[in-house]
Amino acid sequence: MKYVYANKGDRARAALRGILLWIFLVFWALLTIIPLVWVFLNSFKTSNDILLSSVAFPKSLDLQNYIKMSTYPDMNLITAFKNSMLICGGVVSGVLVCAGFAAFALGRFDNGFNKYINALLSGCMLIPAFSTLIPNFVLISSSPFRGTQWAVILPLIASNMSFSTLLLTGYVRSLPRELDEAAIIDGANMMQVFFRIIVPLSKPMLATVGTMTFIYTYNELLLSLVYLPTRDKQPVSVILSLVSNMYGTDYGAMMAAICLTILPVLLLYMLAQNQVIKGLTAGSVKG
Amino acid sequence: MALKSKKYPLLFLAPALAFISVFLLIPLGRTIYYSLTAWYNFSPTKKFIGLQNYINMLEDPILRIALRNTGILIVFALIFQIGIATLLAICVDCVRHGFKIFRTVYFFPVVISATAIGLMFSLIYKYDYGLLNNILASMGRERQVWLTARSAIYCVAVPTVWQHVGFYFIVVLTGIANISEDIYESATLDGITPWKKAVYITLPMLKPILVSNVVLVVSQSFRVFDMVYVVTGGGPRHESELLSSYMYSKAFADYNTGFASAIAIVMIIMGILLTGVLRFLMSKIQGDD
Repeated sequence: MKYVYANKGDRARAALRGILLWIFLVFWALLTIIPLVWVFLNSFKTSNDILLSSVAFPKSLDLQNYIKMSTYPDMNLITAFKNSMLICGGVVSGVLVCAGFAAFALGRFDNGFNKYINALLSGCMLIPAFSTLIPNFVLISSSPFRGTQWAVILPLIASNMSFSTLLLTGYVRSLPRELDEAAIIDGANMMQVFFRIIVPLSKPMLATVGTMTFIYTYNELLLSLVYLPTRDKQPVSVILSLVSNMYGTDYGAMMAAICLTILPVLLLYMLAQNQVIKGLTAGSVKG
Repeated sequence: MALKSKKYPLLFLAPALAFISVFLLIPLGRTIYYSLTAWYNFSPTKKFIGLQNYINMLEDPILRIALRNTGILIVFALIFQIGIATLLAICVDCVRHGFKIFRTVYFFPVVISATAIGLMFSLIYKYDYGLLNNILASMGRERQVWLTARSAIYCVAVPTVWQHVGFYFIVVLTGIANISEDIYESATLDGITPWKKAVYITLPMLKPILVSNVVLVVSQSFRVFDMVYVVTGGGPRHESELLSSYMYSKAFADYNTGFASAIAIVMIIMGILLTGVLRFLMSKIQGDD
């Protein structure tokens, strides 16, 4: 939109205003970037260099801190990465399958009880993890899943379920119904309608929900902290939360640990920025 | 025509409902029951004591601190997360150039885990090599101890705001994009200045979005745990405890599981009440216009 300025004074004021806006925007951008850059640069320094000056540029691109990550016996970040990926994979596939099925049922069939289930799902979003933490701990401790990654995967599938189902249901509802009707007339059964028609058409929303669930799961700390007592099963988030106690005065290693844990989500963000932004803000529509 | 069948929808809904019942609904019920018992150390025996845990809460000094801190965090988040985000969104909308770069940068912290951000900020606060003290030193000022008993809760609140501003920025920006161009156009023809445009058109049109943001901020603030766990661990001397972290330490450090369950229930009730009241108040304000 163009503004029409009557005289020079107005135009000058408009230019000044533009500059002020830019300064504010750039200021917040710097506030966002500088801490990250600071950690990144310091991850290449030795602890001594960090103590000398943590704002100086690193003398060389020394990867020593990163190499160290895999040698800490009790705090192996490589193992932690494997655990994280296992947990994320389990949760994302569990959520997509179950929520996909549920969305098909809610979005395509017209039964009296659909609106009650919708209300139930919206209600479930109000239940914070804290209010189910203790009973689930009791449940898992007495189950065969105790001490394995399943102890985290199963509750996390449940806590991502209502969100994902509601988003997917809305999407499935918006798809044209003529296609499944035609398929049914041609003799397809419900499973075929779901896998051949609904799933391929819902791919964009499945991707959004998958991205969202992945990021939530990768970043999740509380459940893994409580349900996974042994180091060799813990994901990256738990190891990172212990880093400051375990690495002691190895500041360079801490900086490198932060950078390494951010790396997967950074990559995802760079590769599929729009997808990620859409995924993480999709829930806000529901309020 | 909608598909009609009783068998199939139930079959398709079954896995999702099973997960929700086993890991959300039944546990919620059990937490309510646990909160009414004297129960320690996850022992097999519990004693029903009615509302005694809730009465004990009233006299718990640390709970009072946790309550106060949760309140501080909510107010802090309401003012700064929504304030900065709305300001940034309006500015970006005015500037028009470089929109993509700002969006990319501002949203990035949302993607990072609170654990990583918390650890990063606790390094930034460090006395001898932290970023803040290095900046002070380079300006020739005295170094400071940033993380003290009094400042601890703010040391948690700042990274929380830092992390979430980008999220609300995107939400508000989407809201601005949805405002009809016609309104702006006619206002521009009437010779409105950009400031007036922001105050008299954009902000009022954004009200529904701001209302849902307020509700979202409140429910999110109740769930903040990772940040306080990593930055201060609730310390020093429980000074920065939030309801969430206090519940965690009661359950898994003191093993007073009955009391911890009561805290969890209070958290839910307060969250629902507060968001309900805010929603009501905001709808009143909206109705006045």
